[in-house]
Amino acid sequence: MNPYLLPGLIVVVLVTVGIGAYGLRFARTTSDFLVASRSVSPAWNAAAISGEYLSAASFLGVAGLILRYGVDVLWYPVGFAAGYLALLLFVAAPLRRSGAFTLPDFCQVRLRSLPLRRLASVFVVFIGCLYLVPQLQGAGLTFTTITGGSYAWGALLVGAVVTANVALGGMRAITFVQAFQYWLKLTALAVPVIFLILQWQSDGRPQVTPPAGTTFPAATSVVVSQDAVVDGQVVHKGDELHFPAGAAVPQVSTVDATFGDGWLLPGGNTTLFATYSLILATFLGTMGLPHVLVRFYTNPNGASARRTTLVVLALVGLFYLLPTLYGVLGRVYTPQLLMTGHTDAVVLTLPEAALGAGHLGRLLGALVTAGALAAFLSTSSGLLTSVAGVVFTDVLHAGRTGSVRDFRVATLLAASVPIALSLYVSNMDVSRVVGLAFAVAASSFCPLLVLGIWWRKLTDFGAIVGLLVGGGASIAAVLLTVLGPPLSGWPAQLIGQPAAWTVPLAFLAMIIGSLLTSRRVPADVGALMLRLHAPESLRII
Amino acid sequence: MDGDQAPRRTRVVLGEVAARRRPTDRTHADLAEQTPVGEALVKGLVRAQLALALRLALVVVTGLGALPLLFAVAPGVGSVKVFGIYLPWVLLGVLSFPFLVGVGWAYVRWAERNEQDFIALIRKPEQ
Repeated sequence: MNPYLLPGLIVVVLVTVGIGAYGLRFARTTSDFLVASRSVSPAWNAAAISGEYLSAASFLGVAGLILRYGVDVLWYPVGFAAGYLALLLFVAAPLRRSGAFTLPDFCQVRLRSLPLRRLASVFVVFIGCLYLVPQLQGAGLTFTTITGGSYAWGALLVGAVVTANVALGGMRAITFVQAFQYWLKLTALAVPVIFLILQWQSDGRPQVTPPAGTTFPAATSVVVSQDAVVDGQVVHKGDELHFPAGAAVPQVSTVDATFGDGWLLPGGNTTLFATYSLILATFLGTMGLPHVLVRFYTNPNGASARRTTLVVLALVGLFYLLPTLYGVLGRVYTPQLLMTGHTDAVVLTLPEAALGAGHLGRLLGALVTAGALAAFLSTSSGLLTSVAGVVFTDVLHAGRTGSVRDFRVATLLAASVPIALSLYVSNMDVSRVVGLAFAVAASSFCPLLVLGIWWRKLTDFGAIVGLLVGGGASIAAVLLTVLGPPLSGWPAQLIGQPAAWTVPLAFLAMIIGSLLTSRRVPADVGALMLRLHAPESLRII
Repeated sequence: MDGDQAPRRTRVVLGEVAARRRPTDRTHADLAEQTPVGEALVKGLVRAQLALALRLALVVVTGLGALPLLFAVAPGVGSVKVFGIYLPWVLLGVLSFPFLVGVGWAYVRWAERNEQDFIALIRKPEQ
């Protein structure tokens, strides 16, 4: 095992807990815990939002997807970044000016409906869990890949650190922790990639897609993890296959991967429908993710919320330049992952594979792994804070006068379910589940926010119908994908990438439901619109 | 405090006087009381901001959203090389991010200008 690994991981955990404890000195009131008393500067806040947002799916998953499928999946990073532009254009400033704490709070401020608030809470918890489970799973899988230890311990370890951190420091501490983790994640990908590119240069720039097909750069042995057919021969689980340097990488029947032009040129392996559905889910889903939204309440005013979002867009865009390089170089140096199917591990294994098992390779390997740990820690902390915030205000009914102790109880409650789930459901695909969480968010909270902010005629009835129809349809699609039988053809496309039909459906249901109940438009909608859109300096109270 | 005692001294500053007088402005009162005039003013602001957001969203939809269609309709475009790299990789992997930031930057600028226009409209002394 890499000797630098354990010290690196321990440093990340210690610094995380340390900054959390440092923040604890400032966390005095419940408001400190929930929204950092709304006094975080845009630069800190933007780094924190980015740190929170760049999850295991971004840090490991995007590079893995690119290694496997090539140019078509570049829409994932583009969409993950573009989501912040949609958030900036339609939501950021008015949402901050609404003065709400959480998404259910927004429902109450805008439409004054308790049933709607409850329904929104259910969606926050569902999306939070859907997003939290794969994070913990990713942590467990990384732990197994790197140390050979058990999956459950990795998931439990990250779960425990995150729960303790959120319960003790709340959001104020988390803001500093998240900001630190953004820069750690960026460094952890940016520094190794410089060495990787230099190595690639000194190797004589080996072609990424040689005309004769992808080849092994060195003698490699691959252990088969599933019965499959390789080059027309049946292989069994546990068999070890040996390949000399320069041998072509064979296609394994059980592993879905793209070779040749299909990898290099667009349209190789996805339909136009799937591509557009993915674009819709990621562009519109970001604004509906509860852990992203809760951050906007920590801006001092609407204009700073807008500037914060712009900085986030830049920081996230900067980060997403890097995973593509890992995916592409992985094609050259770690093609065996295309046979095992563990493509998510490309970021972790690439430094040692390309630079050798010397000190440099191992140091950079440890750095990348520390970044991955930061990715799990920060996203799960943010998710847990927002889910705990909703449990605190809407399930425990503690209200804003509730004690800090109640928030800690809420955190424990909110953490227990996803941690337990992550131990029992270990075969779900990380990046796919994250994509589904985006689809649910895009078909539930996106229409609610956009129509709530820009359309006077929205009613509580329309909002509830829209949430139930659009959100319900996307949740049904998620459950079918995760639990149901494998599908093929058009049903597989419609269910596997549901956003293209569930998002318009949600908008339509919300609009029709509102028009049918136009008497229920809140009487003070004019004052609300003024509050949402007018600059704070004009505020009349 | 005794009744016969002189009231406590207050410092009179021009800005404070202006601030105290402001709520009595006609336009400001229109806003606060939700008169038809105030309502129309807010509607104007919301419409201006929404139009700006939609216009920039359209820029992104045509700039980025049309790419999959373009690559599907004209596969030749996808195999053009720029500096030895295929065009789709350059467009999606690199150029899309500065493009998004640029659109966001323009939005922040123009949205703040809309708001300043609105403030100027409200604060404008009656003529």
